Parts: sequence; structure tokens; C-alpha cells
Amino acid sequence: MNLDDTSLRMLCAGLRERTFSSEELTQAYLQRIEQYNTRLGCFITVDPERSLSQARAADIRLARGEGGPLLGIPVAHKDIFCTEGWLTTCGSRMLSNFVAPYDAHVIQRFKEAGSVILGKTNMDEFAMGSSNETSFYGPVHNPWQLTHVPGGSSGGSAAAVAARLAPLATATDTGGSIRQPAAFCGISGLKPTYGRVSRYGMIAFASSLDQGGLMAPSAADLAWSLGTLTGFDERDATSVARPEEDFGAQLEHSLEGLRIGLPRQYFGSGIAPGVAQAVEEALRVYESRGARLVEVDLPHSELSVPVYYVLAPAEASSNLSRYDGVRYGWRASQYGDLNEMIARSRAEGFGAEVKLRILTGAYVLSQGYYDAYYLQAQRVRRLIQQDFLQAFEQCDVLMGPTTPSTAFRFGDKGSDPVQMYLSDIFTIGVNLAGLPGMSIPVGFDGQGLPVGLQLIGPHFSEARLLAVAHGYQQATDWHARVPGRGEQA
Amino acid sequence: MSDSLNESSLRHLARLACIELSAEELDRLPARFHSILGLIDRLQQVDTQGVKPLAQSFDLTLRLRDDEITTRDQRAQFQSLAPEVADGLYLVPRVIE
Repeated sequence: MNLDDTSLRMLCAGLRERTFSSEELTQAYLQRIEQYNTRLGCFITVDPERSLSQARAADIRLARGEGGPLLGIPVAHKDIFCTEGWLTTCGSRMLSNFVAPYDAHVIQRFKEAGSVILGKTNMDEFAMGSSNETSFYGPVHNPWQLTHVPGGSSGGSAAAVAARLAPLATATDTGGSIRQPAAFCGISGLKPTYGRVSRYGMIAFASSLDQGGLMAPSAADLAWSLGTLTGFDERDATSVARPEEDFGAQLEHSLEGLRIGLPRQYFGSGIAPGVAQAVEEALRVYESRGARLVEVDLPHSELSVPVYYVLAPAEASSNLSRYDGVRYGWRASQYGDLNEMIARSRAEGFGAEVKLRILTGAYVLSQGYYDAYYLQAQRVRRLIQQDFLQAFEQCDVLMGPTTPSTAFRFGDKGSDPVQMYLSDIFTIGVNLAGLPGMSIPVGFDGQGLPVGLQLIGPHFSEARLLAVAHGYQQATDWHARVPGRGEQA
Repeated sequence: MSDSLNESSLRHLARLACIELSAEELDRLPARFHSILGLIDRLQQVDTQGVKPLAQSFDLTLRLRDDEITTRDQRAQFQSLAPEVADGLYLVPRVIE
């Protein structure tokens, strides 16, 4: 079994034809995790016995001829999804003792599909970060160059998929947390339309922006598995009822006549030359396959970062008020009265970035500032959404670099938080507008680090996005490249 | 529009957020805050006259459901996660003497 050169379709066929069992497949991935996880830090929790017992259960179903596309397939889950009986930390000390008492909707859907839980992946604390440096459980290392960050917040999932420690991983995206690490690690990632995937049991950061999604080597793998996690769930008030779609069946779609919008603002100054070049070359590939490039305008896109850093901390300060050391989570050992118990538990349980964002949220929501910051940010959010909707009158899909640069070195962004925030300039607008977005690998820069191309579509256009990404991956092999995982180091 | 944050306003925010700040944090945070305020203050220059705030990416109307019991009693399971419980109650320091 060559895990470096496989696809979900091939793994599924292998399981069906009994070339290998789910137990053997799971064991093979667990061995890789055992071999590389110390170096890469992708997983917070692995539980081989439990994974193997799920695999054996899948093998029984396979023997009966049962099951769908993910039966017996091992999947890594971001540690933000509550997983019954598994430690679910959200990258925080606050939840370092939290064994989830129930399954998130996403986990439940994967279980029903008969997939195997391979482990829980590392992430920035409460998904607040773009480098995986804020995790209480230590950083994740980029498998292309261990001295560099994998991106964040879904850095563990991204690095695990890139290093082929898992064939598929779940992830979440509030401001770019799927697309940016996918770009930094050279894999394919999809953030679905807001409302596509239930947020039930997904630990909340900024509820109007959070959305669960997937990471895998190729768009074909994503299409293979997306149907498993989409669909209406009444436990999430923002879940949207849509007719079921077969994303895999819509994958083969000609690129002839496709109108690709290039937002002027995504091709300005400040893009690293290696990124600009790889993106240009990818656009040439699309052109050579019959697509047409149209320049479009997103005049408010520069404001997406300031809007986000009002709205996301505001929502976070409210969501994270639940961590009080009373019902679950970290409680300080020394305290006097109730207020001190809560304030100290939160002081000890949260890391520096989480505290900074909660305080920012408290600030923008506080008396005298609410209208000027919070409501004003929501108004500008509408302007940003309108920009996108207008752009889609002239094109079918938007493209541009996922990130201004490739993966940076640990500590490179220094102590000024805004330096880190600005690296999400191209991804944040998509969340504010609730649109689906993808990142796919389109080459490498001069340092050998992967470059991501971002694809953005109108609401609920995932099938089209996947087909557009797949069309590119039919013509190129960047998605099939596998990193050295620090082997030479 | 924002005045830069001094130590006493930072203490006030920390009280609102129920987070105890160390001396080191009180020292380090103002510079970081200053940088964030510089970023978000850019919104003040945007003309948004007549623009309706957008709270969700769709203007959703929240659904209502029938008032039926849909979950089973999980108190014991949930309380097994709590730092301190007794007789089915969560324990915290005494608030009324």
C-alpha cells in the first residue's frame, strides 16, 4: 500500500475489493503518525486501540457489502469538534481535561458513514491564529520545512494531510483557517458556504463566520467526501436546508468558457514574487483550457481585516464567556471568592492571543463604542458582501493568491499582532460574505515552499468550485507532490 | 477616535471580561492594543450612511420549533466533567454569608 500516492477513490476501491482491510489501512496510518508526529506535532490525541476497533467494525460492514464512500476510511479530526469519549481541547489549556460527552454533527456524520477516527489534530488555541503557534500543545511544523509554520488555525489537519499521515481531515475556517494552512502545506482545502455544514458541537469562536470544511490532497478527494458532512441540522439555527447534491458526480466539467474574475485588489503590491509567479502560471493553465480572465473590482476588500478584527473578537468575547471553571474546563486551584475563581481560572486557562481577542471584543462592545465599532463594522461587512455579489455578475469564479506570502518562519511575525492579522487579507472577505472558498496548490516558491491559489464562488457553488479545481489538477501534478517531512533534517 | 489604552482602562476591560491580568500582561498589552486600535479605527473613515448592518451572511429569520423534549437526561454525564459537584449541583465559593 503506497500511502504517498493514493486517493480516497483508490482507498475505497481497495477496501471494497478486499485488497486490504480497514484495520490494515488504519494501522498503516497509525504507524506513520507514530513515526512522524513527534517531529511534526500534528496530533494532540491518538488512541490506536479505539481507532482499530472502529476499523474492525467497518470491516464487518464492508464484508456485508454495506456502506458509502467513506466506510472504513481513516479520517483525522480537528480538535475543535466534540468527539464523544475523546479528549477535545480546542488547542487550549482551558479544555485540557475535557472529554466530550457528545459528538459534533460533523463527527456524527462521519461515524454514520463508517469512517475511522484517526485522531484529533492540533490547532491554534480556540482557532485564533494563523500559524499554529498559539496552541497550548506546542506548534505544528510545516512538513515541507520544519523551521516554518504550517499556517493556522487548522495547522495540524493541514500538516497531517500534507505529510500523508491521514488521507482526509476535517477543519474549520473563520477567517481563512482552512485555506491559509492548505496553501502553506501544499494541499487542497474547502471552506463551504456559511450554513452548509452544521456548527453543532463545533466549539464556537465567531459564530457568524465559523464554518466546518475539509482538507485532502486533491479536489477529487474533497468532492468524494463533502456530501458526508453537508445537509440540514435543526440543532444549528443557521443551518440551511438545501437539496442533496452528489459533488463527485459533478466533477468532470469542461473549463471551456469559464469566466475567471481577477480582483484588482488581490494582485497589487505586497505579494511575494514566488507567489505571484505561481499564480500567474496557474491562470495560464486555465486560459489554455478555454477559460477567460476578467478583471473585477472588490473596492472594500482592504477593509476586511479591520471589520474582521471588530466582529470576530466581539463574537469570541461573548462565546468564550462560558468558560468560567464551574461546569467544565480548567479551574484555578487558589482563589478567594467566586469572582476571583472565575477571573483566575480564565487567566490560567487562556493563552495570550485568546486573552487579547477577548479583551478586544469587550472593548468594541463596551458602552460608548458599540455603535462606532460593532455596528459600523457590520455596515462595512454588507459593503464587502455587495462587492462580491457584484463581481459575480461578471464572472463564475474569482481567483487570486490565497496568501500574500508562502509559509513564514516561527516567530517571524514578531510581537505586533497586526502583522499576523494582515497575512489573512485575501481570505477574510470570504467569511464576511459567507461564500465558499478553496485553496489548491499551484507550485512552489524559490525556497521550495508551496503556493496556494484561492478560488471563490457564489453562495452554494461548491460543486462548481470543486470542478474548476479538479480541471486544473487534471492538467498539473502539484497536488500529488509529497513533502520530505523533515527526513533530511 | 479611540484614545490609547492606559492601565486603568485596561483593568476595567479585564474586569468586564473576567480575566485576571498579571503585572507583566498589564505592561505588555497596551502596545498590542494600540496596534489593534490603529487597525480597526480605519473603519471610522468609511461612509456607511444608509447601509444596513449585516449580522449574518444571509439575513436569516430564525426558525421556531415545537416545544417538545428532544434530549434525554444527561446530568450525571455532564456533571462528571465539573470540577466540584454535590447532590446534582455545581459547587462554587459561597456568595451569601
